[in-house]
Amino acid sequence: MKKHLLLSTILALVALPAFADKNPRTGEDLANNQDYTYRMLDSVKSLDPQLISSVEDSDVARGLFEGLFNEDGDGNLVPAGAVSYTVSEDKLVYTFKLRPESKWSDGTSVTAADYVYGWQRLVDPALASEYAYYLELAQVKNAGAVTAGTAKAADLGVKALDDLTLEVTLENPIPYFTKMLTNSATFPAPKAAIDKFGADWTKQPNIVTNGAYLLSEVVDGEKYVEVKNPNYWDAKNVIMSPITALVINDEDAALTRYQAGELDRTDVPSGQYPHLKEQFPAEAISTPYACAYDYIINMAAGKGNEALKDVRVRKALSYAVDRDVIVNNILQGGQTPAYSWTPPAINGYAMPDIDYSHWTQAERNDKAKALLAEAGFGPDHPLQLTLNYNTSDAHKKIAVAVQQMWKQTLGVELTPNNYEWKVHTDKLIAGDFEMARYAWCADYNEASTFLDLYTGYSTNNDGKYSNPDYDKLMKDAKGMADPSANYTKAEGILAADMPIIPIYHYAKVDMIKPDLKGLPQHDVMQFWYAKDLYRIKQ
Amino acid sequence: MIAYIFKRLLVAIPTLLALIVISFLMMHAAPGGPFTQEKQLPAQVLANLNAKYGLDQPIWVQMGRYVWGVVVHFDFGPSFVYKDRTVNEIIAQGFPVTLSYGMTAFVLAVVVGVTLGVLAAVFQNSWLDYVAVGISIGAQVLPNFVMAPILVLIFTLWLGWLPGGGWEGGDWKHQIMPVIAMATAYMASIARIMRSSMLEVLTLNHIRTARAKGLPTHKVILRHALKPALIPVLSYLGPTFVSMITGSVVIDMFFSTGGIGKFFVDAALNRDYALMMGVTLLVGVLTIIFNLVVDVLYAWIDPKIRF
Repeated sequence: MKKHLLLSTILALVALPAFADKNPRTGEDLANNQDYTYRMLDSVKSLDPQLISSVEDSDVARGLFEGLFNEDGDGNLVPAGAVSYTVSEDKLVYTFKLRPESKWSDGTSVTAADYVYGWQRLVDPALASEYAYYLELAQVKNAGAVTAGTAKAADLGVKALDDLTLEVTLENPIPYFTKMLTNSATFPAPKAAIDKFGADWTKQPNIVTNGAYLLSEVVDGEKYVEVKNPNYWDAKNVIMSPITALVINDEDAALTRYQAGELDRTDVPSGQYPHLKEQFPAEAISTPYACAYDYIINMAAGKGNEALKDVRVRKALSYAVDRDVIVNNILQGGQTPAYSWTPPAINGYAMPDIDYSHWTQAERNDKAKALLAEAGFGPDHPLQLTLNYNTSDAHKKIAVAVQQMWKQTLGVELTPNNYEWKVHTDKLIAGDFEMARYAWCADYNEASTFLDLYTGYSTNNDGKYSNPDYDKLMKDAKGMADPSANYTKAEGILAADMPIIPIYHYAKVDMIKPDLKGLPQHDVMQFWYAKDLYRIKQ
Repeated sequence: MIAYIFKRLLVAIPTLLALIVISFLMMHAAPGGPFTQEKQLPAQVLANLNAKYGLDQPIWVQMGRYVWGVVVHFDFGPSFVYKDRTVNEIIAQGFPVTLSYGMTAFVLAVVVGVTLGVLAAVFQNSWLDYVAVGISIGAQVLPNFVMAPILVLIFTLWLGWLPGGGWEGGDWKHQIMPVIAMATAYMASIARIMRSSMLEVLTLNHIRTARAKGLPTHKVILRHALKPALIPVLSYLGPTFVSMITGSVVIDMFFSTGGIGKFFVDAALNRDYALMMGVTLLVGVLTIIFNLVVDVLYAWIDPKIRF
């Protein structure tokens, strides 16, 4: 017994992290254990930065890899792989100076050529990445042409001027280009490992990474463990290790395991936030999240419901939705009612003054009744509509609530149609709907990621709304140093035309152990970096 | 007997081919595809993806390639969703997990179910019968999706004895709750089938004869009644065994075992064509094999059955 005690004491001492006392950045007293275990919704689909397309995979990848920039807890850019950059007069050429001490886990330096290779890979038709369009979205020269196979990879607007200088050329200037560079699609790629192992390069022990952590254990479908990378350029400030992601599909099961002390962070199942907040005020946390939920209206000629082509009808329907009821009585997780499309918490975005947002619900209802009557619908000629949504408890509850609101206020007869996810999406794309539930999450922390969606030329504009003034504002915004005025105007047009019925803006609702610090508080992208996490002594 | 087994295996080939063709066609007939998503992919990106996974080919070509890959290279193709892994890798990772807890659950369900059924039949209308029937009815009405959270609530949250999920290489502590949650309902069915079949056997002439010549009850049961009474149970056990070792979506999702059971639903919802075909074929092959095993066992149990 004594022997065991001695042995475990020695082991415990050896296992102690380098930081026995204080956080070097904040001076806070640190707890003895600095490990972090969190819930992941599903297995990793890919750890290849250029193939990643899910939020969970990006969370893991941000520990293992590093691109030109990271985000701080408020959503501002901080230098990572790049130490500085310059922009040409015409805003078309960006020159990044790379961090000389940045290394791959095989000991070689991270060079500009690794970025060039990563970006060329991303748009390569043979790799067929779902994020291949990302560089085209970022206006990188020839990105679309390379993906289409009409230009060679070498023609992509990215060049290594020397080992530590990366030059990127854009087709059109966009003010938020650097903001797009925190996405894992733009991370560098280790060519030697990829050439050697092919598609298996992300498997252990083949994987070569450049981030603050090394991949130490993978049990697909069960867990992913990362440990601190001692050769990371900022290793002296990395406190938390190991980082364990446990795959737990069921959110209720995850909550139970959190309560049993097996997890440090998990998602709060829908509807459970109020009582958890009451029981664990320091642990149940709700923060804004850059996603928006709306009902889109089919405006395409010859499709959808003809009555919905009348703006008075669309406005009446939107006004008659009591968003407070949806947010406070159905979702109950700190979500906010939406009267406009772009979440107000998006970096640098100023919401326009939207009239009906400050009316009382009674005023909205009166206005809605008047508008619908004006459009020719009433008790003897009720408006009949259908709404598509995909299978989910929350979507169903909202649809039923809206059905009731419209019935009571406007006498509208709404038929909600439930479809399986892929069927719902298929109908959206085919334009086979009158109204449909839709949600969009930001690709980058800037309003155009939301507003571009409803331009006439957007491929994601399933309702086929089109307004030349709106399109012009969004097109002009691309070349402006500060496009925020255009965004505000565009949002105003959306409110006037009402091609969508905004319902609510998301919140990330989590249970988080109270000693855990370093998670983003004000970053609507909810990008968290394991290297910024630490536990304080309690 | 050997000739019979050989014949059955030969018949399995066209059966499996039919399974492949029907599943393949049904899967592709479902609306949406693996890359249909709310955040739509631009046409060119979608075209590249379709080309990479061969979805740009006519369906017969796709099917031909698939069968060729499976038969010649034993390659079930890449997963369309889990891009770092092939279907072979996913099955190789997940099947041993469900096989492990499924086998244990099977043994548990059979041993407890048969024992309960026999006791209930032999002591019909006694308190033992009522208890056994009570347990099996109770177990039957507790489906695994109710059972699993209750177990976790008791053993993880209240008592703190067992981990709430995970697999840890099949560590026994991680197996207890999945095994119990899976075995319970099957155990109840086995107990009920066993009880009624045993009651029937006990009225047969050869049992009366055995009793008349003065054999003690336990000998009558074990030597003369058990084997014939097992036949209806056996026909239930073949498909049951297959569905137990291929896991359950509820168990895998709730206990985060990493087992293959989760993919039956996931692969279909994701339209992960290759993975869906992979798990369908896995279940198909196992079903054919274990139906054959059961048929062979019939002959062993009942000498009247000849092939």
